[in-house]
Amino acid sequence: MTHFEYAPAPESRSVVELKESYGLFIDGEFVDPLSDSYLSSVNPATEEVLAHFAVGSDADVDAAVRAARRALPKWSKLPGSERGKYLFRIARILQERAREFAVLETLDNGKPIKESRDVDVPLAAAHFFYHAGWADKLEYAGYGKNPKPIGVAGQVIPWNFPLLMLAWKVAPALACGNTVVLKPAETTPLTALLFAEVCQQAGLPKGVVNIVTGAGATGAAVVAHAGVDKVAFTGSTAVGKSIAAAIAGTHKRLTLELGGKGANIIFDDAPVDQAIEGIINGIFFNQGHVCCAGSRLLLQESIAEEVISRLQHRMSTLRVGDPMDKNTDVGAINSLAQLQRITDIASSGDAEGARRWSVDCALPERGYWYRPTLFLDVTESHRIAREEIFGPVLAVQTFRTPTEAIEKANNSPYGLSAGVWSDKGSRIHLMAENLKAGVVWANSFNKFDPTSPFGGYKESGYGREGGVAGLASYLVQE
Amino acid sequence: MTERIEVRKTYKLFINGAFVRSESGRSYEVFSHDGEFLANVAHASRKDARDAVVAARAGQAVWAKATAYNRGQVLFRVAEVMESRRAQFEEELRRTENVSEKKARKAVDNAIDRVVWYAGWTDKLAAIAGANNPVAGPYFNFTVPEPTGVIAIMAPQSDSLLGLLSVILPAIASGNSTVVVTSFHRPIPAITLSEVLATSDVPAGVVNILTGDFSEIGTWLAEHSDVDGIDLAGVPVGDFATKLEALAASNIKRVARPFTGDWNDEPSLYRLRQWIESKTVWHPIGA
Repeated sequence: MTHFEYAPAPESRSVVELKESYGLFIDGEFVDPLSDSYLSSVNPATEEVLAHFAVGSDADVDAAVRAARRALPKWSKLPGSERGKYLFRIARILQERAREFAVLETLDNGKPIKESRDVDVPLAAAHFFYHAGWADKLEYAGYGKNPKPIGVAGQVIPWNFPLLMLAWKVAPALACGNTVVLKPAETTPLTALLFAEVCQQAGLPKGVVNIVTGAGATGAAVVAHAGVDKVAFTGSTAVGKSIAAAIAGTHKRLTLELGGKGANIIFDDAPVDQAIEGIINGIFFNQGHVCCAGSRLLLQESIAEEVISRLQHRMSTLRVGDPMDKNTDVGAINSLAQLQRITDIASSGDAEGARRWSVDCALPERGYWYRPTLFLDVTESHRIAREEIFGPVLAVQTFRTPTEAIEKANNSPYGLSAGVWSDKGSRIHLMAENLKAGVVWANSFNKFDPTSPFGGYKESGYGREGGVAGLASYLVQE
Repeated sequence: MTERIEVRKTYKLFINGAFVRSESGRSYEVFSHDGEFLANVAHASRKDARDAVVAARAGQAVWAKATAYNRGQVLFRVAEVMESRRAQFEEELRRTENVSEKKARKAVDNAIDRVVWYAGWTDKLAAIAGANNPVAGPYFNFTVPEPTGVIAIMAPQSDSLLGLLSVILPAIASGNSTVVVTSFHRPIPAITLSEVLATSDVPAGVVNILTGDFSEIGTWLAEHSDVDGIDLAGVPVGDFATKLEALAASNIKRVARPFTGDWNDEPSLYRLRQWIESKTVWHPIGA
């Protein structure tokens, strides 16, 4: 077959102006950290240090929470129509500065520019736009006649969709009248810090959004602070469990969006071309750094061979490399630590008897990379079938009947996402009804929208983000 | 002529639709408010709790598959059967809770009305807690509420009938099953309720009732990996409630914290929403 050669098509990074170092965003201003401690954020595709950022100490977190508390009475009493206008402003500024955000996200995170440009940034703006409209309509949402904000929300977000996760957390919190202390991930703080500038440009009242960068200890301080009324966390199930235990006995409300091990189920009557694209999108989108990734592929036995061979062919056409190149499909692994985790779990697949197949592609010399990989001969007990890898590694299994597919798909402590591919409507509904997952993508995968609630069953967490259901996470429920 | 000796009832646990003694052989004495001996009730053990969870898991699958209309009719029948047993409930409340005849009647009225209220929600919750989501793309996208699964319930300690129903009903109305630890000192209305449930077409395992001490059974249920949620309504605010909530984190159980309000207040959707999961389904249009 013909191979198309692509000329390099690098996005320009000149639109981004990085400072050498960033303070904390507290009470509407960037301030030096009381901790006097800094970390650096690295471009995972080049290992170049992009900028230094402050590490918030307990005292810094305290200052941020106090700023959020001071801002709360006025912000929560502001008429919803006025609060909404601030959110509309933020949405518009994100759209106006979309290119800058996309480039910065790709530099800091390692994800392909086409994804940050076409997914992360537009969806982040859409989340603000959607929730802006809710601010003056909350009494129609079905949570009582006089819905009230919870108070100060302490929000801790991950590194896989840095700006988008910020939007999922901040937009509903503000729309419902809460104020926020946000802790971005330590490997990807830069778009959150740029978002702080957006808050300034939007004229958002001081203290309504506070951004405290740092690592795990900073996040723990946000969670533990007595002035926080609501904790929202997206990240690993292990950390989620420790947060749930830590807030036990307090007045704090909690929502958790944790790990997943999504099953992507392909029936023999599936539209195969579309299914192949869905499998690819399910596990290689964002390097597989997706909590709802379709990391377990369940193939009906009769079509397994054909699908695997076509999938391998399609995987061979993936362009792995420079995330700033507009033609890149799979970018850099976000950090060395994550690369080591992926390598570790994947090698357990070899050790436990699964058969590895990886794309034979050239990888850049510097940076963190992992070849798109699938494992065949996977059994239910293999670590690669049970544990979240959070990387571009797919575990392939087979099934004969819908019942077997349901059993295998649900045989996981997680319950975040699932995919079903079939041309038969009644079968799709049967599967959708029986899969224990918060999101079921039928003949599709990894679709997101602010109107569409997202969140997990079982150990994938509780609470929803997006849609009417998502508002419950930020309103007092009586 | 000799005086007829009353036939007394053996008060048992209610597990998987059957009345069983505690596997441990343990029982404890229950007294009326003025100290009169009422019964030796089964003192549920860890094994009983585990059996109840197994029954609840199986029962939940059956119950969740029932149509919402059917669940509504079954719950409405619970109200019907309670009505026919109201004299017994009133008598039990008077003896255990030291309330007047009038107050006992009112309490049973409220309890039955609460069953009717929740019975009506079974086929309406999806319309209120679900949605058709207008996503920005060619997809049909909808959200439906589904039951969380098996819910462990620490029932209120003093309000032994209305309080009890106010925690069981919101869980089962949406298709969950329950393992209920009753009021320790006032377990008898709960046992009578189990007899009502057994004759109301509630499938086996949907409600399992354990008489005993939440301070031991609660711990086992809070750390049980096949329990999906725990309602701490009857646990006093304090260290033990905190301990249970922390144990519940072991498998990300959904937790309802200790209840400090008045069960006589109008119910809201709050407790119904506590035990549902939102499932969102996407499907392409036209492709």
